[in-house]
Amino acid sequence: MIKIVELKKSFRNNQVLQGVDLEIQEGESMVVIGGSGSGKSVLIKHIIGILRPDTGRIYVAGEDITQLNEQDLNSVRKKFGMLFQAAALFDSLSVWENVGFGLKQHTGLSDQEIREKAREKLAMVGLYDVEDLRPSELSGGMQKRVGLARAIALEPQILLYDEPTTGLDPINADMINNLIIGMREKLNVTSVAITHDMVSAYKIADRIAMLYKGKILQVGTPREIQNTDNPFVRQFISGSAVGPITEDLEKELMERSAK
Amino acid sequence: MELKGQGAGYVTDLLEVLGDWIMEGIEEIGKVILLFFKALVWAFQPPFFLRNTIKQMLEVGVHSIPVVLITATFTGMVLALQTHTGFQRFNAESLVGTVVALSMTRELGPVLTGLIVAGRAGSAMAAELGTMRVTEQIDALYTLATNPIKYLVVPRLIAGLVMLPVMTVLSDIVGIYGGLFVSVTILDANRTVYLRRTWDYLTFNDIYSGLLKAAVFGLIISLIGCYKGFYTQGGAEGVGKATTGSVVISSMLILISDYFLTAILF
Ligand SMILES: Nc1ncnc2c1ncn2[C@@H]1O[C@H](COP(=O)(O)OP(=O)(O)O)[C@@H](O)[C@H]1O
Ligand SMILES: [Mg+2]
Repeated sequence: MIKIVELKKSFRNNQVLQGVDLEIQEGESMVVIGGSGSGKSVLIKHIIGILRPDTGRIYVAGEDITQLNEQDLNSVRKKFGMLFQAAALFDSLSVWENVGFGLKQHTGLSDQEIREKAREKLAMVGLYDVEDLRPSELSGGMQKRVGLARAIALEPQILLYDEPTTGLDPINADMINNLIIGMREKLNVTSVAITHDMVSAYKIADRIAMLYKGKILQVGTPREIQNTDNPFVRQFISGSAVGPITEDLEKELMERSAK
Repeated sequence: MELKGQGAGYVTDLLEVLGDWIMEGIEEIGKVILLFFKALVWAFQPPFFLRNTIKQMLEVGVHSIPVVLITATFTGMVLALQTHTGFQRFNAESLVGTVVALSMTRELGPVLTGLIVAGRAGSAMAAELGTMRVTEQIDALYTLATNPIKYLVVPRLIAGLVMLPVMTVLSDIVGIYGGLFVSVTILDANRTVYLRRTWDYLTFNDIYSGLLKAAVFGLIISLIGCYKGFYTQGGAEGVGKATTGSVVISSMLILISDYFLTAILF
């Protein structure tokens, strides 16, 4: 469904992605793990064409989206829904206008019909009677749900989640995990989530890929990842402060202060 | 001249910093122009966001009209006072109306309106788009298959382009009447004579060149406000910088372009 080949991206002198290869099957739930600032968000933004790669290819349903212009990219984007880290709701619009935004832009539905659809999608994420509120009036967990409702409004085939559980308390986080699993079962979507929350990763993933130093270090089922022999992956999933990742980091800091 | 030791080091450092500045400046100008052309292309492709455009026009107006009116009124009033003082010296008091009218329509109407709108509406655009950028709302537009330049930038450019001339007309009128008020009540001028002197010497070209200036200023304000907001980086601090930056740059560009427009349109 999605195939990423040799993807490279740098910002000025900062080489963020240094040759990412990753393939995501149709209907699969892929979770990309990695530390803060490792380039997870940059990676996911390439998949939906918000960022353009320096080099490399990204195939979505067989089509290389790196070669498309903005117009054509927009039609590919309709296959996607994305939930942002802080929900990224439009704060000038009400909740139902947020959820119905894509419908308003891309269908000829009347406001009344859009409102009805928005209600439906909100019910799917467990929210009722919030249509007329402003995003700022909602809690963080509710904002993410509205963000999810907005992401599924156009009935996408692929859902992208940028740190869906970050910043939520454990209970709200688990409810979001359940929603993500539910979306797959109900909507039959392919999904890509990025996170550093291992509890969430094990729960929602068919396969887990670890991003480190701009490359995919290992890909495997949650069980394979749990039993990894890769010392970097092992340190990350165990959340330990001692290990090769820390050593690398210290070396880097030393080099930088030497300059 | 030979430079040795530390002196040479400083000079190369200075040149390096200067070089970086110039490069960054050129890059930035390039990005502004690119944004303008992208907006131009999107502006002519349906769907048209009419509601957004009208909303932006109201924003530009509502933010600034009260200040514009007050400023223009007092500018007209002080112009009358000053010209009267000067013209009295060679018995040309009757021409006060003409001077006020020409100054307002050709120069002060558009420039003052431009500076005020840059401070109010232009900064508001930078702040709003900047916030949308750092909270990923602009990225969210992309994911909803809606081009943010078309959805956010185009309506603001149109609003600036249309509203600045409209507000300039208003400020011309209140400026002229401010001058009239001072002349009649304080300087003992004759109302009819004053108004005749105003209309007799005012040509279509005076008004037209002022409005053309206003349109250009409106475009500059919106373009810079949108540019600064659209490319904001670095969280809340970045939004603050974008906001002040937009006011400084568009005010400067207004005054600089004012000179060249005047030179061309004279
Ligand atoms: N638009 C951008 N411009 C410049 N640098 C960026 C941009 N987006 C991300 N970066 C940089 O790329 C690196 C990776 O960021 P990100 O993908 O957000 O990390 P994370 O894995 O925490 O999501 C960071 O060093 C960040 O500063
Ligand atoms: Mg991130």
